[in-house]
Amino acid sequence: MDDRVILRVGAKFLIPFILLFALYVQFHGDYGPGGGFQAGVIFAAAFVLYALVYGLPNAERAMPPRVVYICSALGVVIYAGVGVVTLLKGANFLDYGVLAHDPEHGQHYGILFVELGVLTTVFGVMVTVFYAFAGRGRKDG
Amino acid sequence: MRLLGLYNYWVVIVLMMVGFYTIIARDNLVKKLIGLSIFQTSVFMLYISMGRIHGGTAPILMEGTDVVYSNPLPHVLILTAIVVGVATTAVGLSLVIRINEAYGTVEEDEIHSQDESL
Amino acid sequence: MSAHLPVLLIVVPLLAAPLAALVRHPRGSWVVALGASWWALGVSIALLMRVLADGTISYEIGGWAAPWGIEYRIDVANAFVLLIVSGIGAVVTPYARVSVEREVEAARIPLFHTAFILCLTGLLGIAVTGDVFNVFVFLEISSLSAYALIALGQDRRALTSAYQYLVMGSVGATFIVIGIGLLYVMTGTLNMADLAVRLPEVAATRTIPVAFAFLTVGICLKLALFPLHLWLPNAYTFAPSSVTAFIASTATKVAVYMLLRFFFTVFGAAFSFDVMQLDMVLMPLALVAIVSMSLVAIYQQNAKRLLAYSSLAQIGYMILGISLASVTGVTAGILHLFNHALMKGALFMTLGCVMYRVGSVRVEAMAGLGKTMPWTMAAFVIGGLSLIGVPLTVGFVSKWYLVLAALEQGLWPLAVVVLLGSLLAVMYVWKVVEVAYFQPPPDGDPPAEAPLSLLVPTWALVVANLYFGIDAKLTAGVAMRAAEALLGVGQ
Repeated sequence: MDDRVILRVGAKFLIPFILLFALYVQFHGDYGPGGGFQAGVIFAAAFVLYALVYGLPNAERAMPPRVVYICSALGVVIYAGVGVVTLLKGANFLDYGVLAHDPEHGQHYGILFVELGVLTTVFGVMVTVFYAFAGRGRKDG
Repeated sequence: MRLLGLYNYWVVIVLMMVGFYTIIARDNLVKKLIGLSIFQTSVFMLYISMGRIHGGTAPILMEGTDVVYSNPLPHVLILTAIVVGVATTAVGLSLVIRINEAYGTVEEDEIHSQDESL
Repeated sequence: MSAHLPVLLIVVPLLAAPLAALVRHPRGSWVVALGASWWALGVSIALLMRVLADGTISYEIGGWAAPWGIEYRIDVANAFVLLIVSGIGAVVTPYARVSVEREVEAARIPLFHTAFILCLTGLLGIAVTGDVFNVFVFLEISSLSAYALIALGQDRRALTSAYQYLVMGSVGATFIVIGIGLLYVMTGTLNMADLAVRLPEVAATRTIPVAFAFLTVGICLKLALFPLHLWLPNAYTFAPSSVTAFIASTATKVAVYMLLRFFFTVFGAAFSFDVMQLDMVLMPLALVAIVSMSLVAIYQQNAKRLLAYSSLAQIGYMILGISLASVTGVTAGILHLFNHALMKGALFMTLGCVMYRVGSVRVEAMAGLGKTMPWTMAAFVIGGLSLIGVPLTVGFVSKWYLVLAALEQGLWPLAVVVLLGSLLAVMYVWKVVEVAYFQPPPDGDPPAEAPLSLLVPTWALVVANLYFGIDAKLTAGVAMRAAEALLGVGQ
């Protein structure tokens, strides 16, 4: 591993930008192209790159499987939770209009929160899938 | 020439048949899944190409009223279908990994012969 | 809050699924699953009452009006299906706790319950939605979780059968998407009610029959109509017992509901049966399914597989009723949907009890169980009688309506095939009963009676078999109204 200096330095340089780009895609996903699914995949890609270059044990230290597992379940809770909040505010399920003082802002918030849920789950599931597939052969030799 | 003008449908049909043939004819479980993916992709192409409007631009709101937009709905639907396809492939591949661990092979005929000898 | 019941029916289980995964404790996640499934049953009953009293309920997701937004639309037909699915879910979940602890390793139990609730959510979603693409999404939610559930079976063949189901199920679902896409190309809408209005204008084009064909094949794959049934026997045989009980009594039923919804509501009975002559395809296949699958069932050595083939024959009865396209025929089909869910649920649950105590469901392993596990085998006998169609059981009620519908149209050969199917059912049920009651138990420790936590849910379904067999007014009345709603008569 130690001789691949270019890979290691390159990955270290790239990963923060990949994470930032994921957040950019997430936060422009309300009225523009983008959104939680793409953002979640890009976010997960950063950790997959880290695992490829620095090895699975290091990646699992940086992002423990337990956290990933919780993320993949938590996202669905966030998503459905937004819907339940709109219900409690007296509107239909996922009617974002009531989330803020006027419907336009409400739509913004609603989409961003729902996409946050999608991001969390997609990130969690993607990294789980990677860990599961990458971990298999290793354990069994 | 009319038939050539509908080339997007030809692409869809060819991909669909390639995928379907692979699912039916191949014994290797991984290849079957690849066939399934190609088969599903052909449907994505069908939806995406039907949302296109001649001279239409990407459906992002722009200034002015004379802008022609492509239909975004099929694209959104296919985004969902792509996610479903990814999930199907992931479940399928994890099944194949476990089948490989249980039988030591991913060839359908070898799996059958092992089960018959039980 | 009661205005939001249609969506709460879906959202509460959808929230419960990740919670069950987060709990990470076998018993804790089971409690979450239990809450979700009983909630679904309560809401389904409330919805059915409201539909029967006030007529169709419509709910707009996100507040977007119907043809543009996704609409949940509940009439008598899907309210009845919701009741079947959630009822079976509410009975199987209490049963699943002990059964799953025996058959699935402890680390996987929370995920088992997660997948189980997701499967329930998906099936309820298919029944509740009025949007054709939404149907596909829910279909895949239920199917993907079903593949995972089946793969949890103990035998390694559970893996190959889950794989086989995955490939065939995905092909079927993709066919359905193609059909939906072609419908959208021609009409520009995905809402079922809106499609029904717009389709007649374009029905003469070549695209619509193609869409119809893709939808027919796709849905028939999902409901395992002969000859598209190859995935079903293995999947039922090797899945964990509680999964078999749940999937056998709900998944194919919901697929039958999809068939009804697409052919009667979206395309309309006139187009489906007069123009496309669907009955010419469905009726022969249904008849072949009834006879051939019953014959195959007689030769099975594994009781679970025997019942799986019997399920294929019973699906034939449902499709036969639907293919008659009359109010009585569709009533018989819908009624059999309900009744078959009751009997197959009960039968597969008794096999789960046998699995729990004996560790095998091969027919020869069941020798002497009539004496050692009397309650379990008594439940099997009553379920079997219901399967045959003996009076005072639900099986009799649905066959009665089916024969009635056949005679109504002067098709007496159909009635003969139905009775022949019953005779064959006598033979395969007897095969198990004979071994259980008339063969001596093997030497050694006789197995004890199944624990109460398994017996009580099983007997709940057995009692339902008898109750709805004696007092069929309720179910037959609702089924009749559902059939009338689907055929658009007598409103």
